[in-house]
Amino acid sequence: MTMVANLSDKMLVPQPAVVVGRTQESPSIFTLKLRLEDGAAQAAFRHSLGQFNMLYLPGVGEVPISIMSDPEDQQAIGHTIRAVGRVTNRLAELQIGDRIGLRGPFGRGWPIENMKGRDVVVITGGLGCAPVVAVIHYILRRRADYGHLTIIQGVKKAEDLIWRDQYAQWNTHPDTHVMVAADEGGPLWPWHIGRVTDLFGRIPMQPDKAMAVMCGPEGMMVVSAKMLAEHGMPEENMFLSMERNMHCAVGHCGHCQFGGAFVCKDGPVFSWPQVKGLIAHRGF
Amino acid sequence: MNLPLGTLRFLGFHKLHELFGELQFRGYRCMGPAIEYDAIVFRELASAKELPRGVQAEQSPGQFRLTRDPRNRYFAWANGPQAIKPFAFAPRESLWQVQRDQEGALKFEPLAPQPAKTAIIGVRACDLAGLALQDAHFLKPPYPDPNYEIRRKSLFLVAVQCAEPAATCFCASTGDGPTPQSGFDLTLAEMENGFVISAGSEAGTEVLAALKLEEATPKQVQEAKEQGEAAAQKQSRSLPGRDLRPVLMNNLEHARWDNVAARCLSCGNCTAVCPTCFCHAEMDEPSTGTGESLHVRQWDSCFNEGHACIHGHNVRPDTRTRYRQWLTHKLASWHDQYGRSGCVGCGRCITWCPAGIDLTEEIAALGVNA
Ligand SMILES: Cc1cc2nc3c(=O)[nH]c(=O)nc-3n(C[C@H](O)[C@H](O)[C@H](O)COP(=O)(O)OP(=O)(O)OC[C@H]3O[C@@H](n4cnc5c(N)ncnc54)[C@H](O)[C@@H]3O)c2cc1C
Ligand code: SF4
Ligand code: SF4
Ligand code: FES
Repeated sequence: MTMVANLSDKMLVPQPAVVVGRTQESPSIFTLKLRLEDGAAQAAFRHSLGQFNMLYLPGVGEVPISIMSDPEDQQAIGHTIRAVGRVTNRLAELQIGDRIGLRGPFGRGWPIENMKGRDVVVITGGLGCAPVVAVIHYILRRRADYGHLTIIQGVKKAEDLIWRDQYAQWNTHPDTHVMVAADEGGPLWPWHIGRVTDLFGRIPMQPDKAMAVMCGPEGMMVVSAKMLAEHGMPEENMFLSMERNMHCAVGHCGHCQFGGAFVCKDGPVFSWPQVKGLIAHRGF
Repeated sequence: MNLPLGTLRFLGFHKLHELFGELQFRGYRCMGPAIEYDAIVFRELASAKELPRGVQAEQSPGQFRLTRDPRNRYFAWANGPQAIKPFAFAPRESLWQVQRDQEGALKFEPLAPQPAKTAIIGVRACDLAGLALQDAHFLKPPYPDPNYEIRRKSLFLVAVQCAEPAATCFCASTGDGPTPQSGFDLTLAEMENGFVISAGSEAGTEVLAALKLEEATPKQVQEAKEQGEAAAQKQSRSLPGRDLRPVLMNNLEHARWDNVAARCLSCGNCTAVCPTCFCHAEMDEPSTGTGESLHVRQWDSCFNEGHACIHGHNVRPDTRTRYRQWLTHKLASWHDQYGRSGCVGCGRCITWCPAGIDLTEEIAALGVNA
């Protein structure tokens, strides 16, 4: 029987990967460095910024996790993970030398090449989002290739901001502004107290050329896109990474559907005009 | 010897067993209609003698009742709850297994299904259209699904024209029936004392040639055609168009969604009987102490609680958003995904809904601005 499908397709069946590095970032957040056991497969592994992998623990399950490492780092694949449930709690127990399964990379990433030479506004909310942190790291490593970098983060309470030191450190880079707003401040809170939307008027950007990357609660992104537009940014320059329930990552299981889009393969990164019609209606 | 596609022959009732024999000779097990729990389902039949004759089913919203066909025909029933979907997209199957050895190394192995060659006798036009949509979904590049493909390629489809649609059928309005147009190996139109039969594939022409049948007379061919047209005329339900994106997507906050949510039980029966729904969950069957575990997939439904859960948040927490997902996916977003509606007019979701919700009625109500 001639088949169009391939039973051993590496995007359908995981490959063994070894944990070669592990860092505890906060009590519930950790970073794993993984290397595919098959040397040739590791050498051939290429991802673009904003794509994700499916990480698998035998007998437990598989979860989608963004790729944090730099696309040019071919030694290892980095993932920063928050332990929130069944699979991620078990991933948190992994030690160097342990093996897990990995499928990927999946989906469409950020238009990082188009951002070259432009001002970039990064907007994130809640607990902070791996897909945009990867963008920040990428730009800071190639600082001269990009214009102003503004990082905007909103949190409810001051103590919700994880990686405080990192925000302070980012703020020391040339042409880089970190703006954090907390609805409720706290002792020694160095940032803004009040709504995140208060900050938009202060973004140093040439609005018609600048680009925005967003990730976080959808309500926050809807408001942010509106504010950016009011400050002159064209909608097609705004991008966001979406999160949906995912089981297969290859457009089969139907869990990640957002209207006609399969977030796993048509996303997770979308341009604002692609999603703005539906995102404002709760339930898609 | 082969026959050109579209050659029309006549298979008398007394020769029906030869069709079964020929298929079995070619290594196919024959699946056909059988009565089980007061419904019509596909089961393996040893011979044509096991085909239930004169069975009919009266269908209406929330109701399915077996009745007698006064003409004592073989295929006077329109359809049962089970489309042919389970034969290609298994309700539950293992995708791969993984073995962890003593040193902790992992070995992954894809698990290919090994389905028996299967001929399904009595496939309806709506089922063929549903299967074509499943093909579009599961076989689409860049990640065609091997398990689906293997099962799909094990099938030989003997279609039958619907002469007596149920009251819930509206395939004429979706353009998918009641006469099978494509996607079958053989197709039958049942007449008073036999079937007009023709082939739609290479495999079908081979079987047809081997049966050595008389040519169908022009009168028989004409009668079959008229029977199909009359069946289309008999259908009372319809959708108001083929592309209902404007009706749905411009009315996402219509009061009708609350109205239907008050009646819908969120049970997922509609998605389970629908020949086009493709959602499934993937899960692990933990190690049984042998260091082995299985990765399994199983049909799922957008009406299930966890379908749209992400950590800390359920994207569709209530029946209103779930019913809206089902109807907008089926009749609107499907166009964006696969270039046509995801509804083939089989009416199953109407018959098998315990609350008797009828999507044609819901669409009509949504078309009336609140
Ligand atoms: C494209 C993409 C990229 C991602 N990138 C990252 C990343 O880089 N880092 C990261 O930490 N996370 C990331 N996530 C989120 C991550 O995939 C989830 O946190 C993870 O799947 C949770 O799985 P779990 O088994 O640990 O938790 P679960 O036990 O599945 O769930 C945790 C909580 O969510 C709820 N929940 C989740 N799913 C269901 C369900 N099916 N049914 C009912 N309740 C449910 C539960 O109530 C539970 O309290 C990403 C998600 C996507 C889609
Ligand atoms: S939506 Fe209903 S009528 Fe349409 S194909 Fe599915 S089950 Fe049949
Ligand atoms: S989302 Fe709902 S309607 Fe669409 S395929 Fe899945 S179960 Fe069917
Ligand atoms: S995760 Fe299965 S379709 Fe997208």
